[in-house]
Amino acid sequence: MYKIVNKEKWHDIVYSMWIDAPCVAKEAQPGQFTILMIDEKAERIPLTIADYDREKGLIHIVFQVVGKSTAQLAQMNEGDELFTFIGPLGMPSEIENYGTVVTVGGGTGIACVHPITRALKEAGNKTIAIIGAKNKELIPMEEEMRKASTELLITTDDGSYVRKGFVTEVLKEILDKDKSVKKIWTIGPAIMMKIVCDVTKPYNVETIVSLNAVMVDGTGMCGSCRVTVGGETKYTCVDGPEFNGHLVDWTEFLNRLVRYGKLEKLALETYKERERIEGRG
Amino acid sequence: MAEMIPIKDRMKRDQVQMPQQGHKERVCNFNEVPTGYTKEMAIYEAQRCLQCTPPKCVEGCPAEVHISEFIQKIVEEDFAGAYLEILKTNNLPAVCGRVCPQETQCGETCILNKKGKPVAIGRLERFVSDWARENDVHEKIPEIEKKGKTVAVVGAGPAGLVCAADLQKMGYDVTVFEAFHASGGVLVYGIPEFRLPKEIVRYEAGEIEKLGVKFETGFVVGLTKSVPGLAKEFDAVFIAIGAGAPNFMNIPGENLNDVYSANEFLTRSNLMKAYRFPEYDTPIKVGKKVATIGAGNVSMDSARTALRLGAEESHIVYRRSRKEAPARIEEVSHAEEEGVIMDFLTLPIKVLGDEKGNVNGMECIKMKLGEPDESGRRRPVPIEGTDFIMECDMVIDAIGTLANPIVPRSAAELGVETNKWGYFVFDEETMQTTREGIFCGGDIARGAATVILAVGDGKKAARGIDKYLSSGGSLKESF
Repeated sequence: MYKIVNKEKWHDIVYSMWIDAPCVAKEAQPGQFTILMIDEKAERIPLTIADYDREKGLIHIVFQVVGKSTAQLAQMNEGDELFTFIGPLGMPSEIENYGTVVTVGGGTGIACVHPITRALKEAGNKTIAIIGAKNKELIPMEEEMRKASTELLITTDDGSYVRKGFVTEVLKEILDKDKSVKKIWTIGPAIMMKIVCDVTKPYNVETIVSLNAVMVDGTGMCGSCRVTVGGETKYTCVDGPEFNGHLVDWTEFLNRLVRYGKLEKLALETYKERERIEGRG
Repeated sequence: MAEMIPIKDRMKRDQVQMPQQGHKERVCNFNEVPTGYTKEMAIYEAQRCLQCTPPKCVEGCPAEVHISEFIQKIVEEDFAGAYLEILKTNNLPAVCGRVCPQETQCGETCILNKKGKPVAIGRLERFVSDWARENDVHEKIPEIEKKGKTVAVVGAGPAGLVCAADLQKMGYDVTVFEAFHASGGVLVYGIPEFRLPKEIVRYEAGEIEKLGVKFETGFVVGLTKSVPGLAKEFDAVFIAIGAGAPNFMNIPGENLNDVYSANEFLTRSNLMKAYRFPEYDTPIKVGKKVATIGAGNVSMDSARTALRLGAEESHIVYRRSRKEAPARIEEVSHAEEEGVIMDFLTLPIKVLGDEKGNVNGMECIKMKLGEPDESGRRRPVPIEGTDFIMECDMVIDAIGTLANPIVPRSAAELGVETNKWGYFVFDEETMQTTREGIFCGGDIARGAATVILAVGDGKKAARGIDKYLSSGGSLKESF
């Protein structure tokens, strides 16, 4: 069993947890993910590793409540245990000294782009980080991101903090004035990553996306997470989760991402109803 | 003790059929289809055994079960004794009694098969192990001197479980590493509840644990710890991770939303219990018209699962004819009884979908059988101009599996070689790979095969490992 040693509510729907998982923490690297199950009846949900502490044997996860599983996870408290927590899964980010790089994080994706940003800076890169969310409350880890990057730029959709607008606008300005940008990483909602790729494509700067495909085992066994990259079928769990976003078939990916949409809604409604009856909701 | 009947009378008896759920009833539930022998049926069937010396049946059993001995004990109404007799060589009797293809194993070599009426050995094995489970009969942990050596088993499928049990009983300390959260491998993710109840797998794995075998679930060897990392901690390693990667037709439209690999479809339904959604969280698509491509046992499992989930029509689409279908005859007839429609000599060439990516049909072409190919089966050839669109809203690819690369990639660092398909190169007698101290078995050694062949490999590897360790070998000391 995997104990939740620390839980923080960062916002109404955004939570941070540190999980006791020494074997996973020992091997974890930026860009990799884990799969957890809350209890025996739970589904297996993949979450990008937001951080790790090898010495204490802890893995950091940050999640937003979007469906039944994340709603239930948000109800768990420090001291509670998860049924399973496997990893680290997938390929690590390709960290090396490229020169100048940009990392772009949206919403909870900011937490996931954080260790990559840090590693890129440590590798000697000039690392420009752009983070954005709907409003100020939804921007996590600002201080950590400032430390992890060479330069930090912030946007909010509603203008409640720093600059009003989208991360893509800032990114475009950077690409216009700084021709030395060698590589871009972006993590966030799928649609945001797609738009980032649309923006960077004309500049021909390689743009790495971290795909949050629907998975079951997460070890290349089922093919649920398959995605077409450069005309070839790849498995997000073993070949990814990071891919060159300019080569991803986004229409197919976005379709496959919502293929259980109706059932996920039903699961959430059933859960809320049960919570209500049992007096917890 | 039941009566010993004269040989000629034994030969007159017909095989006792096993009672089963009616087909109309069973497509509405996930309960096991055959309900098992009663005590009386088991004794009557056991009395048919001729007790040949030497017994021919055992030659066909990769698990080396003492068949005539355990059957004799059934005749003597010593069911506990019969169970313990089986456990001497096979720690998965309730599993094997259900899923072994006896017609090509012990049932084929049984002397009564000359008249086409072999003893129903599998049904007897199932009866005995079910009886023992219900009556709380357990194997005594052997009082054997510990050898002070450790073995890591990678994968808790049939090969791994049997190898672990055999080695533990020899006096080694065994730890099994399993990527999933439950033991059983294909027995829990692949084979449906209606053929093999998961409670039985859990029970038999639990009995192996009681022998002293340690289990680490949720541990992905190759990622959570590398194969070299494991090798430095154990005296020997046995890798039995299964084939573990899906295979697709590579036709257009295969990445549409409602196209599943059989692995995904069955894992959702079986291991994750999506058939009980939303009580269990994992969702699964319930198609109206489901097309399963392929005609092996896994295809039949998929098509039958689709029906039970609520499909109005469930089709098997296979490019060859009924005769070439790799599934057991029994599985094909079970599927047909339940209403699965067989579209033989039909080759899918394209999956069709709407703008949201949902499947709305499959383009196929009719086939005919030509000259035999290298496998000896007649090669299917398309009949020009017979393209047609099959209406369906869900497709399941059940055309076999491929090697999963995670463990082989990690093992390669130690010089463990794989062949061009990604399966391990190994010695048939010892199951040792190209690296001394690392052994393999099951589907990752042979490509997709059967549970019982995996069991056989597990046993062979246990002997190979014992030989290696007793002659002073130690993997961890080789670094």
